[in-house]
Amino acid sequence: MEKVCLKVDIKEEREKANKKICEQGLRVLVCSGTGCKANGSDKVIEKFRQLGANVSTLTHKDKMTVIPTGCHGFCEQGVLVIIPEFHTTYVKVKLEDVEEIVNSHLVGGKPVERLLYTDPASGRKISKSDEINFYAKQTRTALKNCGKIDAESIDEAVAVGGYEALAKVLENNDPDAVITEIENSGLRGRGGGGFPTGRKWRSVSRYKGGKSYVICNGDEGDPGAFMDRSVMEGDPHKLLEGMAIAAFAIGSDEGYIYVRAEYPLAVHRLRIAIKQAEERHYLGDNIFGTDFSFHIHIKEGAGAFVCGESSALIASIEGERGMPRPKNIHMAERGLFQRPTLLNNVETFANVPLIILNGAAWFCSMGTEKSKGTKTFALTGEVNNTGLIEVPMNTTLRQIVFDLGGGIRNGKKFKAVQIGGPSGGCLTEEHLDLPMDYETLKSVGAMVGSGGLVVMNEDTCIVEVARFFMNFTRQESCGKCTPCREGTKNMLAILTKITEGKATMEDLDTLEELAHVVQVSSLCGLGKSAPNPVLSTLRYFKDEYIAHIKDKKCPAGVCKALQKYVIDPEKCKGCSKCARNCPVGAISGEVKSPFKIDENKCVKCGACLSGCPFKAIDKV
Amino acid sequence: MGKMIINGRECEFTNETNVLEVIRNNGFNVPTLCYRQDLIKDFGACRMCMVEVEGKGLQASCNMPPKEGMVIKTETAELRRIRHTILELLIANHDKECTACEKSGRCELQRYAFEYNVHPMGKYLPRAEHFPVDKSSPSIVRDANKCVLCGACVRACEEYQGLEVLGFANRGSATLAQPMAGKPLAKTECVNCGQCAAICPTGAITIKSQVEEVWAAIHDPEKKVVVQYAPSVRVAIGELFGFEPGTNLTKQLNAALKWMGFDLVFDTNFSADLTIMEEASEFVERLQRNDNLPMFTSCCPAWVRFLELKHPDMLPHLSSCRSPQGMMGAIIREYVPQYYNDITSKNLVSVAIMPCTAKKAEAIREEFKRPDGTYEIDYVLTTQEIGKMISTEGIKLKKIHGEEADSPFGKYSGAGTIFGVSGGVAEAAVRTAYEIATGEELKDVKIDEMRGLHRVKTVELDLKGKKVKVKIVNTLKEAEKCIKEIKEGKADYQMLEVMACPGGCINGGGQPISCNEPEIREMRANGLYEDDEKGTWRKSHENPDIKELYAQHLEKPNSHKAHELLHTTYSDKRKGCYIGIADC
Repeated sequence: MEKVCLKVDIKEEREKANKKICEQGLRVLVCSGTGCKANGSDKVIEKFRQLGANVSTLTHKDKMTVIPTGCHGFCEQGVLVIIPEFHTTYVKVKLEDVEEIVNSHLVGGKPVERLLYTDPASGRKISKSDEINFYAKQTRTALKNCGKIDAESIDEAVAVGGYEALAKVLENNDPDAVITEIENSGLRGRGGGGFPTGRKWRSVSRYKGGKSYVICNGDEGDPGAFMDRSVMEGDPHKLLEGMAIAAFAIGSDEGYIYVRAEYPLAVHRLRIAIKQAEERHYLGDNIFGTDFSFHIHIKEGAGAFVCGESSALIASIEGERGMPRPKNIHMAERGLFQRPTLLNNVETFANVPLIILNGAAWFCSMGTEKSKGTKTFALTGEVNNTGLIEVPMNTTLRQIVFDLGGGIRNGKKFKAVQIGGPSGGCLTEEHLDLPMDYETLKSVGAMVGSGGLVVMNEDTCIVEVARFFMNFTRQESCGKCTPCREGTKNMLAILTKITEGKATMEDLDTLEELAHVVQVSSLCGLGKSAPNPVLSTLRYFKDEYIAHIKDKKCPAGVCKALQKYVIDPEKCKGCSKCARNCPVGAISGEVKSPFKIDENKCVKCGACLSGCPFKAIDKV
Repeated sequence: MGKMIINGRECEFTNETNVLEVIRNNGFNVPTLCYRQDLIKDFGACRMCMVEVEGKGLQASCNMPPKEGMVIKTETAELRRIRHTILELLIANHDKECTACEKSGRCELQRYAFEYNVHPMGKYLPRAEHFPVDKSSPSIVRDANKCVLCGACVRACEEYQGLEVLGFANRGSATLAQPMAGKPLAKTECVNCGQCAAICPTGAITIKSQVEEVWAAIHDPEKKVVVQYAPSVRVAIGELFGFEPGTNLTKQLNAALKWMGFDLVFDTNFSADLTIMEEASEFVERLQRNDNLPMFTSCCPAWVRFLELKHPDMLPHLSSCRSPQGMMGAIIREYVPQYYNDITSKNLVSVAIMPCTAKKAEAIREEFKRPDGTYEIDYVLTTQEIGKMISTEGIKLKKIHGEEADSPFGKYSGAGTIFGVSGGVAEAAVRTAYEIATGEELKDVKIDEMRGLHRVKTVELDLKGKKVKVKIVNTLKEAEKCIKEIKEGKADYQMLEVMACPGGCINGGGQPISCNEPEIREMRANGLYEDDEKGTWRKSHENPDIKELYAQHLEKPNSHKAHELLHTTYSDKRKGCYIGIADC
């Protein structure tokens, strides 16, 4: 292929962008991701701007600029304020702290000690973000710019190398080489399936010639997952660039980003990004002055979990009800509007520009033999540091939970993690040293999934966890195929019965039987994977199920119906406070002699226990 | 073309689009609830048709393309276990009123539950919610409590009629197949074609029955019950009594109806001939005046309602002729008391037996209301309903001796009988119109291009120098395309025959359940064409009873009296029916 001379010089544009950024003076980055926004970052930004306008005596620069950025990932500690110039990260910043930061640090040159991060292990205050374990142990590639740039400014994206990969690809003018590079990188679908991305591109490119589509799946529906949202909110241009490279490689001129309407900020920033990119000819007609044109539309989903499934997503874009279709014809041949279609997840596309710029070998240097690169995870649950992380795929669960995550909260014991959301499975202590790659996780009955990681401690009832996820899939089933629609409903009913102590061992057999049928006979991936939480918890915690059924006990003490409150007659002084506190009149007795709880009336609210001045009431 | 191994036997496949068809064509079977050969859209919802494919594990056969060398098992312990569980889940959620259900005995869920030994009181959650049964429509009863969500009704409404009256609401186990916003059917754009009821595997959508009312009339000594039955009933009713589809049971049916206690039996084929007399004359007249062409046929009530609801501006194109049912209804009311002394307009009960659910709605059109508030036709039964009545009466159609219909409205020509199949009305009309327009005898009455069950046919005819083009479509989806053509000025034809059901009345919503199998449709159509071949008369104007009627009473086609009795008017019916979202 002959090289093409581009009419827009991206290097030159980068210099221009950098110059603009230099003119900003002292940059104060305030996280403006959804989590920090909920914590009041908008007001913090406003306050900084207000104060900044009146400050003329900054220590370093003659002026300061406040930059609202995308998610930093450390949502637990929001609102986050970062001053790169000083290598300072402030955590949990409130509106009333802003004045102090400006006066003490920006003007006075003295950092505000109390707003720095405290290492939970050593109790040491840490200023530099790369010394905080949560950040230090990460390898940020897809999330590289998230939290470092203003997502609503294309200059900021260009200043950190945005659209250089696209320019390189267009200059070389060899679509086939692009696909080969992606194939060599070993990049696999980050949406959960782990299908080799290069192979997918190759198969769509075989149908080159007519109309084809590139779709980005941003319908991140797992409870607690927000990896894709962070990319869309924090670095939308990287996603657009990745899609444009894919479009060039497979010969498409039109693309869709399917994003949940519940992500209004992501939609807003994507719209801005598309507009800005089109204005600069990085997208739209004749990109960089070449013959290549690529238009991206945003399709807002109505929030159905099942629309993350490829065929349901396509049905939804086509304007039909979001229900999966039988996949007898591959999407590469006939997908959206019956045309060849390439569908990748947000994170997958976000990795593409880096692979193009740094080369497949660079990407291959991270991860395991079959799972290359890094993966983002949304770390939540009973762990000290919750938030968004990105680690190489050979990182072990132990490193994630104990190093990045800072261990289990309140010194409790680790019990399990639920990985991959409602379609995934659970991992226990015995899996702590396994690497988080596709094959390993699959072999132990879990999956990478989109990357939700919920950490559970010893106080978590595993049956309740399975019940929670089953309730989610039951509600989110599209209702089309029988096994998923009726099976999830009945599995939920059995799980509920178990948590209420009403189930028998036959019910447990029925549960296993149903799980199997739903797994093998459902129409789509949602149904096929719906029983996973049940199957994997049964695999590792069957004794806990049996304790609920046979002993009528919840070992973690979570299931209300199985709790019992008793008054220790030795300790009870007969003060009658518990009887007065009880909302249902379940406690009776005579003053100055031990009281009794009527089990049939008790609703297990715990009011007696918390109110007893003599600690005479126990929960058993 | 290719070969595959099914259950250890080498089987051939040719042009089958999926493995399920290959399995069935080779004499094996797998159960299905949602698969319908006639529907285009892949659905794959019931998961009953799963088979074991070597190297691929368990797969739904209904949307798997056949491939050379495939090795398939249709029955294994695992497959039986899956099907059993699926049925158990469906049955648990099903309103098990089998004894009183209209579909009992023909319900696919009932049959499979029996075959797979599924107990009605299984271990799964019984249905928690009971939805009220929608009886608002004059033709169709919708009972969501019996729905298995196979989606056949939703697809049929969309693929055949393009109406999308039914759709899916809610998610997960709360999913329902229902009209938009849960409206009663009567308040929707439903045209009452009944294809949803015909294709439903269970009793979730059934025909609104008038069986009890008709029994009461028959058993009332004060009443004289006069019955007419439509062309396509005779070639389908046999299916309910062990006959091959398409077997012509005209005479047996005449006898059975009389045995049951109907006082007089007339043949709607007679009034089909009458319709041709009027419609052909109207057509020739319009052709000469170039007035509102193309002229639309008006015998399909679903098509008439479709125009009134969706394209009232096109109503002038519609022939003013009543349908054969409507004409017969008027003739019975007007003349039977004149011919039969014991029958008066007060004690006469008029019943029509139709292949069609929309005819029930047609009978209660405002235009057919009598001054005392009753309608010209009192009850409309479908083929299914009359079949049930014959069974109840214990009449063995296979043993009964045939009889003739009563006079003077019992004779019919071959033109009348082919009314029951798409293209038949046009063919019959041309046989008469040719002679009216040219004054010459039409030698070859068979017009091959008008036959066959494809959805669209266009035929050009030479009326002695004058070219006339006739377009024939079945399904309203195709009709809608014609309307578009006409509105855009692209239509070059002078007559448009529309039947709403795929294939025409032989496949009407009230016919014996055939799940819309194309093969059965074909056999029924052939039954009617054979009846035509064998007929003494092939053209409507040759029918002696017709000649007599005009000579005695009506004078000539399109006369004042004919207009009064046999023609009708149409009106914009958009009001009162679902129009837009604001109405919800």
